[in-house]
Amino acid sequence: MTKLTDLTVTEALSGLDQKEFSSLELTQSHVAAAEKGQTETNAFITTTFDQAIEAAKASDARRSAGDAAAIDGIPIAMKDLYCTKGVRTTAASKILENFVPPYESTVSQNLLDAGCITLGKANLDEFAMGSANVTSAYGSVTSPWSGPEPSKAARKLIPGGSSGGSAAAVAGRFAMAATGTDTGGSIRYPSSVTGIVGLKPTYGRCSRYGIIAYASSLDQAGPMARSVDDVALMLREMAGYDPKDSTSMEIDVPDYTTALGKSIKDLKIGVPREYRLEGLPKETESFWDRGAEMLRNAGAEIIDISLPHTKYALPTYYIIAPAEASSNLARYDGVRFGYRCAGETLDEMYENTRGIGFGAEVRRRILMGTYVLSAGYYDAYYLKAQKVRRLIRQDFDEAFKKCDVILTPTATGTAFRIGEQEDDPIQMYLNDVFTITLNLAGLPGISVPIGLCADGLPLGLQMIGRPFDETTLLSVASALEKETAFDGRPPFVI
Amino acid sequence: MSIDAQTARKIARLAHIKIPPDELTAVAEDLSKIVEWVGQLDEVKADGVEPLANVNDKSLGWREQDVVTDGGKAKAILANAPSRTADYFTVPKVVE
Repeated sequence: MTKLTDLTVTEALSGLDQKEFSSLELTQSHVAAAEKGQTETNAFITTTFDQAIEAAKASDARRSAGDAAAIDGIPIAMKDLYCTKGVRTTAASKILENFVPPYESTVSQNLLDAGCITLGKANLDEFAMGSANVTSAYGSVTSPWSGPEPSKAARKLIPGGSSGGSAAAVAGRFAMAATGTDTGGSIRYPSSVTGIVGLKPTYGRCSRYGIIAYASSLDQAGPMARSVDDVALMLREMAGYDPKDSTSMEIDVPDYTTALGKSIKDLKIGVPREYRLEGLPKETESFWDRGAEMLRNAGAEIIDISLPHTKYALPTYYIIAPAEASSNLARYDGVRFGYRCAGETLDEMYENTRGIGFGAEVRRRILMGTYVLSAGYYDAYYLKAQKVRRLIRQDFDEAFKKCDVILTPTATGTAFRIGEQEDDPIQMYLNDVFTITLNLAGLPGISVPIGLCADGLPLGLQMIGRPFDETTLLSVASALEKETAFDGRPPFVI
Repeated sequence: MSIDAQTARKIARLAHIKIPPDELTAVAEDLSKIVEWVGQLDEVKADGVEPLANVNDKSLGWREQDVVTDGGKAKAILANAPSRTADYFTVPKVVE
């Protein structure tokens, strides 16, 4: 029999239904794998194995009684940005080192209601600010990938960020699926470099209530898993209108699993010419072309499209996101919760608390955001960025008059080593060049593994859908997944 | 350099983040690089373009009834307080 940790969520649910194994057995095998995986990858900030075992027993009891929920008994990892009632939630920051939320985020509650079992709180970049998972106050996450040759086994690679712990746990086969959040690529980039599937839904599709805010007009929750079927299943349970989040949309959540395996004949797939960046590695470009060819084989029509403001997306983001972050993170002042550093006066207490409590990248973004919002600069930077943001959205609106889904690389290349790129923030920001446009435009996007590069590491392709049309997006992703038949496994789990 | 040490000090004050005086120049240089990089937006002609804040252009509805739906959770709210007295958060003395 296949190892329980190798199953997809969809396969495991069928096994649970057929009584081939119990959720307790499934959860125990994942706990055992996670204990080893944790030593190798540091994927979790907090583990909740004991609660997981108890929850698995309760799930088995529900299934015996015929009361099993939609994804009952499936062990997952929860990004430590989701507030979980009674379980420490840090956002990977020292400033929240002792914060135990008295309430549950809507999306994690939805997953609990669907029967999911949480193995622990997954590591991330501090406040989700980063794309390599190297800014966590609880240590970097190491990817379960290192390349095939024994000489490279000791290479410590980034799992991508910010949802790096989630990606490492899913790729390393010690969580069946995970939650992520995506503000500029934080689900899709880690999915690409760890060879898994990650979906950022349309802005407003999932509630942000109880998810620690980074940049509120861009943040969106989404699933990460090892198959398109699994992310469709997860999204169906995570999504939905929530009166507690005024930006969540009051529209029906379709059953995304019906989109899977559907013919993509007559769909038009746009390939944006502006994404052929100068200096884009040949290998990435050829995988991109191969992906387009595969979709053509599956019956879709490939067309050339233009997104003229693409090159301005990164600078636009690095005005808007820090501006929103500086405002959101003003709440961490050492008064009501979190870390406090004493001071003689109230102001000194604030400054000490925040000076010590925040890491370097978070500090950088708060200062940047404070600057662009400060008197005299607001129009030149923040307002201008919001205008360019509309132009970027209009590019997509125009493109979607000609095509149904857009195909691009998720990232320029495969994972880099931990420690690389750390000295130059702008170099680090460039990792998100293909993903960040979607957050600015509020569109759904998915990364699906396309293959292994010459260095033995996985690479993903990104598909972009119309607002709230995750269904068509998933149909195309499912068709590509079938064509690629990707079966890359990180050497760590073999 | 578009941001000097004195401006960096002012921003840090506004952001309530303590930066040791000997680090101000480095912080200013770091911020300057990013500010200069985002300055490429100057090339974009965007006069008359409506700024975009919410991608779904959703306008918030009016509250139907203004009633209290939650509350009475002082204990839960205070449970994470770094310092408290009875049902109050406490901070260093503000008024002499």
